[in-house]
Amino acid sequence: MEEQLRFRYEVDGDNFTSAGEASVSVKKKLRQLGFAPEIIRRVSIAMYEGEINMVIHAHGGRADVVVSKDKIEITLDDDGPGIPNVELAMQEGFSTAPDNIRSLGFGAGMGLPNMKRYTDTMKIQTELGKGTKIIMTVNI
Amino acid sequence: MKIKEIAKLLDAQVLCGDEFLDNEVYSACGSDMMSDVLAFVKDQSILLTGLLNSQVIRTAEMMDMRCIVFVRNKRPCADVIELAKENGITILASPDRMYEACGRLYAAGLKGGCTSEK
Repeated sequence: MEEQLRFRYEVDGDNFTSAGEASVSVKKKLRQLGFAPEIIRRVSIAMYEGEINMVIHAHGGRADVVVSKDKIEITLDDDGPGIPNVELAMQEGFSTAPDNIRSLGFGAGMGLPNMKRYTDTMKIQTELGKGTKIIMTVNI
Repeated sequence: MKIKEIAKLLDAQVLCGDEFLDNEVYSACGSDMMSDVLAFVKDQSILLTGLLNSQVIRTAEMMDMRCIVFVRNKRPCADVIELAKENGITILASPDRMYEACGRLYAAGLKGGCTSEK
């Protein structure tokens, strides 16, 4: 693949039911492009967890996926409250999600750890009161 | 194990995906926490859960799971069934509780296969 492919999605923060639609769309596109199932699964799970996080914590945001020759880069960008303690947030089981989200099957404190688990690199830029930007890559 | 054998073992009703009942599954996972499914399940084919929302279908889709069993005779709404149909996922509804349903399948030879990867 010589040229980069770019996909952009707006993630609706008001609708938990539709959360994950962008990840499903990316998964379908990667499948059409003929990527290996394991690569597709890693990208889509990492993005899905990120999408869910943006809906739970940040009132939505934007997701950009860039497919290039040697890697797939996912950027999740929101205008939410920011993450006060990234080290703590990266620990499995740590969660600030409200009870109503837990009753929906999320908020177990596995979101960020799962995103790291399934990607080759993950960078978090966050500022309290301004928002969070997470850039993840999966090598092809 | 074929999906139709699972339906029989769990006395389950098929809510959608009849056309996939002859498909083979090799392992299973029972959980109500979708992030745990996303974290520890690999190459699974079926998910047993008591959760009924659309994120269950999306989680299954992300993990390439082909069948979901809703325990305790729970019935998802039409939108959730529609989403499963779109993604080629079979939905079963069993009167068993989670523990019993998992136990029956395990005893019949369907193993967990959960792995923590990477």
